Amino acid sequence: MDAFLLQVLNGLDKGSAYALIALGLTLIFGTLGVVNFAHGALFMLGAFCAVAFDKVVTAERVLLDPIKKTPWGTPLEVRVPYAKVWFGDAGEWLIDYSVPISLALAVPVMMLIGVAMERGLIRHFYKRPHADQILVTFGLAIVLQELVKAGFGANPIPMPAPSSYQGMADFGALIGMEPNTVVYPTWRLVYFLFAAAIIGAVFAFLQFTTFGMVVRAGMADRETVGLLGIDIDRRFTFMFGLAAVVAGAAGAMYSPILSPDYHMGMDFLVLSFVVVVVGGMGSLGGAVAAGFLLGILQSFASMNEVKQILPGIDQIIIYLVAVAILLTRPRGLMGRKGVMES
Amino acid sequence: MSDKLIVSRRGLLKTGAAAGVGLAAPMVFSRPAWAYTNEPKGKSVIFGFNVPQTGAYADEGADELRAYQLAVEHLNGEGDGGMLNTFSSKALKGNGVLGKKVEYVTGDTQTKSDAARASAKRMIEKDGAIMITGGSSSGVAIAVQGLCQEAGVIFMAGLTHSNDTTGKDKKANGFRHFFNAYMSGAALAPVLKANYGSDRKAYHLTADYTWGWTQEESIAAATEALGWETVAKVRTPLGAGDFSQYLTPVLNSGADVLILNHYGRDMVNSLTQAVQFGLRDKIVNGKKFEIVVPLYSRLMAQGAGDAVKGIFGSTNWHWSLQDEGSKAFVKSFGQKYGFPPSQAAHTCYVQALLYADACERAGTFNPCGVVEALEGFEFDGMGNGPTLYRADDHQCFKSVLVVKGKENPTSEFDRLEVVDQVPAEQVTYPPDHPMFAGGDLGKCNPGA
Repeated sequence: MDAFLLQVLNGLDKGSAYALIALGLTLIFGTLGVVNFAHGALFMLGAFCAVAFDKVVTAERVLLDPIKKTPWGTPLEVRVPYAKVWFGDAGEWLIDYSVPISLALAVPVMMLIGVAMERGLIRHFYKRPHADQILVTFGLAIVLQELVKAGFGANPIPMPAPSSYQGMADFGALIGMEPNTVVYPTWRLVYFLFAAAIIGAVFAFLQFTTFGMVVRAGMADRETVGLLGIDIDRRFTFMFGLAAVVAGAAGAMYSPILSPDYHMGMDFLVLSFVVVVVGGMGSLGGAVAAGFLLGILQSFASMNEVKQILPGIDQIIIYLVAVAILLTRPRGLMGRKGVMES
Repeated sequence: MSDKLIVSRRGLLKTGAAAGVGLAAPMVFSRPAWAYTNEPKGKSVIFGFNVPQTGAYADEGADELRAYQLAVEHLNGEGDGGMLNTFSSKALKGNGVLGKKVEYVTGDTQTKSDAARASAKRMIEKDGAIMITGGSSSGVAIAVQGLCQEAGVIFMAGLTHSNDTTGKDKKANGFRHFFNAYMSGAALAPVLKANYGSDRKAYHLTADYTWGWTQEESIAAATEALGWETVAKVRTPLGAGDFSQYLTPVLNSGADVLILNHYGRDMVNSLTQAVQFGLRDKIVNGKKFEIVVPLYSRLMAQGAGDAVKGIFGSTNWHWSLQDEGSKAFVKSFGQKYGFPPSQAAHTCYVQALLYADACERAGTFNPCGVVEALEGFEFDGMGNGPTLYRADDHQCFKSVLVVKGKENPTSEFDRLEVVDQVPAEQVTYPPDHPMFAGGDLGKCNPGA
């Protein structure tokens, strides 16, 4: 039972990242009809917003030790972060909480990147075949990751969670079980709650605001909305930016779980596309449901008991499920009729 | 039927071509005994540095390239000479190799076997490289070693830790200075016993390719010999990123030691996540849960940050060593680049010098002469104490370092501390050891 619960928690935590990336992908596809292969790169850029913010707040004052020398004979450097020198305890707190605070940087930066991407490149490909869109966005993803590699190197960069969230949370005790039977990393639970909040906020935005209503109307029938005199293009550009913000925020908060490196976006991209296809192209609810479902399945397939019966199943389970669902429900779990069927 | 000789245009061409081939054949099939691939004719000789310049090991590759550039400087008599001053062999004079100035070309392995073979082939066929060296992966090393054997050039392996490189996939034209998975197990076992006792239950997470398999086999054999029980051996896909689904089963497995047979980015991620999952704070079977990383590198330790604190592993070399050779190398490298070299940089630098020295001693660049000079060669002053290049498998036998993640690092480079320097005798194995069986060194191939 404990092992079962642990794998469920693990699946939900993995599914959170899949669902957030797939949500952004579906937003872009549903509004603009663009298959965005650069979406994984946006997740990676979000993580590097956290890295960049951390580099700024941990920027160090370098003094040369007059006595001690390095093994190669130069004076030893003594480094103290400026934040500590200038702000004392507040500076230390800023460094400790750099990951969640970095969202203040990631959100506007990602909105800017998203809008610039859409206006500068993607809009020229609206009327081109999906294959062209895939090629140009995939190329863009490669360019972005090479730029990050040139700036930050190829090695993963450790990003610690705030010290008060670094330990384990007694999840079992929270749900009335014996203490210390089901413990789980606190930050991963925080990430799950964060993902739930973001997903809830995006749905509420689309459901309960006039802007969201127009966007939904545009998703259903872009031409008619345009004929009513509404500038739907501008709203869709904003939605592209919003999708970039969702991916970027997901990446920034994920940095303590997976040390950011330039390639991390590609690792998630293929999985997220499978999630979108399984959920149903253009279906926001489907993307979120499929994200969590596939996260949980992947987690269970990695259990030793399962791997002993079906060796290697952990590496193919997601694709097996995708094949099974597409055979039985060709539009995915919650796909709408007419999407990508022309 | 007429007996008149009729000469058609097509017939004349055929006859001409056949005659041409016939006349040329003796020239093609009989070559002078001293000819070999890319024999240097001018005033310079070209080395081929095949390192990962892109991909997951690009940082390690960049460090290898820095070391090679330093080696070339020292071989050509520039800079402070580095390990040329401490090397026990005094054949190298700092005037190039056999009087020829050393130049180099580079290739990008991308840590992919096919890309590595393609770049090595290009350097041999187009650039005229006399030897190929470098790399950060056993899969790549084995692939390039095979290519060099066929092409008739020497391959001086870079960072490759799989038993297979000098085991079942060994080649006469290939040489490895770096240690291997068996040696890691042999060096670590006594330290693990002294620190964790002989009643432990180990859980292996293993990268699913040649290096991971041989390391898992070596470490499991070494720890089982101590009395440890192996609870599970779980293979993980290369580049999995998030290893959490493989770590949660560890929590309730009854194991009290987690052995991470991962390297590079996989190791950084799996170790960081294992620490996040509170494994290091757990008490299992009445004992403190422990994590072991059999193959450490300083670059990886930097990536994992505080997660490495107190964790044991092994390494080929570390910049904090205080022997004269290490000090000379760290000084040269540090003065040129502003930070200490990694173990990958060290092994590559040493390999370049060893190759050059072998050419000088053999008096030729002919691969068969170089092989003869390197086989059974004993040397010192290169950072690992007295070392033997064994003739049977072209593996170096030298001391192995057992290291531990430092509790209070003074800088980002100061993540590991050396806890033991295990002498060569303790990590030496017979050439026909089962873990290395199945291969054939074959004969040296001079190519041409």
